[in-house]
Amino acid sequence: MAKIRHPKDFFAGLMFIAFGLGAIIIGSGYPLGAAARMGPGYFPRILGILLLVLGGALSIRGLRLEGAKITLESSRPLIILIGSVVLFAMTVSTLGLVLSSILLIVVSSAASKEFRWKEALVSGVILSALSVAGFIWGLGLQFSVWPTFIGGR
Amino acid sequence: MDFLSHLALGFGVAFTPVNLLYALIGCLLGTLIGVLPGIGPVATIAMLLPITYGVPTVSALIMLAGIYYGAQYGGSTTSILVNLPGEASSAVTCLDGYQMARKGRAGAALCVAALGSFFAGCVGTLLLAAFAVPMTELALKFGPAEYFSLMVLGMIGAVVLAHGSLLKAVSMIILGLLFGIVGTDVNSGMARFSFGIPELTDGIGTGQIAVGVFGFAEILMSLSRKETHDVLHEKLTSLMPNRQEVRRAIPAAIRGTTIGSLLGVLPGGGALLASFAAYGLEKRVSKRPQEFGKGAVEGVAGPESANNAAAQTSFIPLLTLGIPPNAVMALMVGAMTIHNIQPGPQVMTSNPGLFWGLLASMWIGNLMLVVLHLPLIGMWVKLLTVPYRLLYPAILLFCSIGVYSLSNSTVDVYMTALFGFMGYVFAKLECEPAPLLLGFVLGPLLEENLRRAMLLSRGDPTVFFTRPLSLTMLLLAGFLLLLIVAPQFRKTREEAFQEGEA
Repeated sequence: MAKIRHPKDFFAGLMFIAFGLGAIIIGSGYPLGAAARMGPGYFPRILGILLLVLGGALSIRGLRLEGAKITLESSRPLIILIGSVVLFAMTVSTLGLVLSSILLIVVSSAASKEFRWKEALVSGVILSALSVAGFIWGLGLQFSVWPTFIGGR
Repeated sequence: MDFLSHLALGFGVAFTPVNLLYALIGCLLGTLIGVLPGIGPVATIAMLLPITYGVPTVSALIMLAGIYYGAQYGGSTTSILVNLPGEASSAVTCLDGYQMARKGRAGAALCVAALGSFFAGCVGTLLLAAFAVPMTELALKFGPAEYFSLMVLGMIGAVVLAHGSLLKAVSMIILGLLFGIVGTDVNSGMARFSFGIPELTDGIGTGQIAVGVFGFAEILMSLSRKETHDVLHEKLTSLMPNRQEVRRAIPAAIRGTTIGSLLGVLPGGGALLASFAAYGLEKRVSKRPQEFGKGAVEGVAGPESANNAAAQTSFIPLLTLGIPPNAVMALMVGAMTIHNIQPGPQVMTSNPGLFWGLLASMWIGNLMLVVLHLPLIGMWVKLLTVPYRLLYPAILLFCSIGVYSLSNSTVDVYMTALFGFMGYVFAKLECEPAPLLLGFVLGPLLEENLRRAMLLSRGDPTVFFTRPLSLTMLLLAGFLLLLIVAPQFRKTREEAFQEGEA
């Protein structure tokens, strides 16, 4: 078993291989057509094969060249940030813009090492008010502002 | 002369109160995000893309353009006063700008940066005006084979001039192309890679990819950095540079403008590369290279002129050929498609008011910036004292609302979150996201032109090599690829990017 010497190259290669395989497998159901009359499956097939080749080359290089390790120190902020956006998406149509904005601000603030409850809440309320003023009154976007289950719009 | 009537038309469009207002908003917003580290023009424009839906096309483009060149003005302020690049393209300005500030010449450095940018902006706009007509005429001669080869050349160029691994950059472009063709195939009406999600049959939005991969990734990277704002508290006594500084800054600004204008047009170029290259050039031609890094005024004038010149000239390939040379221009393609405008040579003939109006607005915007920027510096500096822990949740919120507002669809927000995660993975694996965005925008175009060219040639792939224009471009692309393999060029390429990181 060869040793992974350059993890960044090696895993990037694997990632491209995965995307390439995905494109070929999912795209296998699309008609290929011929070179003169390409079907919807022709171009994705080319891209998939290219990704396989390039990804393969990268992975092999990752086994031979030396390179720095992958550090994962920022995975906590990542989970919190992505989580807060997903939470926003889940709540915005039912809870309304006001509450889901505050939720996003408070949760995402926790990604910082200097997180303070009070400060996050205050800034959440202010920014939520600003977004209602800007996006709904200012730009006239059609959002629900208040929770739908207590009769809000 | 035609030129004058075009300009008259352009200024007629740009001087309407609405468009002046949008130019001003764009410039101020651009300066703001330029000053603030941790958010760049790509994320901002991506965030605003959905919002421009309800704005007239010309006004929307005027505002978005203003953000790009406004950011070049703002970025230098943070570099000079805080020794932190407000904008990646102002990173090299830190080296000498901050040293000038420490010697009490902050005012002079800011003034040189602003005036240099203004000069470069004017030249860049003039170049755009001058090259627009001939380039468009050339582009109208292009058939599908030529377009295909041009796009290949553009993408190869983007890879060669970007920094980082060549193999990864090419892979990222192809991945971008793949993302680009998600959705309904125009020829057969078949939904591709939509995973049964109805929203995906319309394709992935430019905003979702850009906000996710650039915006979220920028926040994550900034969060892992330590906050050490050390704003200079000395009063800005005099903004005027002294005579010796002026004498040294003027030729540097001219050199910076030249190199910036050239690099802006090249695929993969743009403001970032231009400023790095200009700094390297200044250091090489200077009679006093030992002063660089210790407060040489050329080290401010050159790069700051270069990045603004490049910001302007990078519009040339976009507006005349319809090919975006960098990530910001890729987003401009997104902005035009939202308004049902296909960027390319036909824009100038079918929509002259849009083309010349945008151009005239750039000059007006530059004028606004140079007039407004210096008096407002005090305010921008105050903004820097807002801690990042309050800033990034706000950025995140506006990004999310912006994406959601495009079609009131939560699927779009989930997609953005997914791309945010991908952006993190890309950053960890050192895969540059800019080529991905370029490929994404070009994906449908590339496929369409490949299909048409092959249809016309009845399936004969040699068509790309038998048509002279197409062959020339493919040869150029091959030459660029050879260059990068050549060790000498490779070394200079790496050096060019290391200057600012040191």
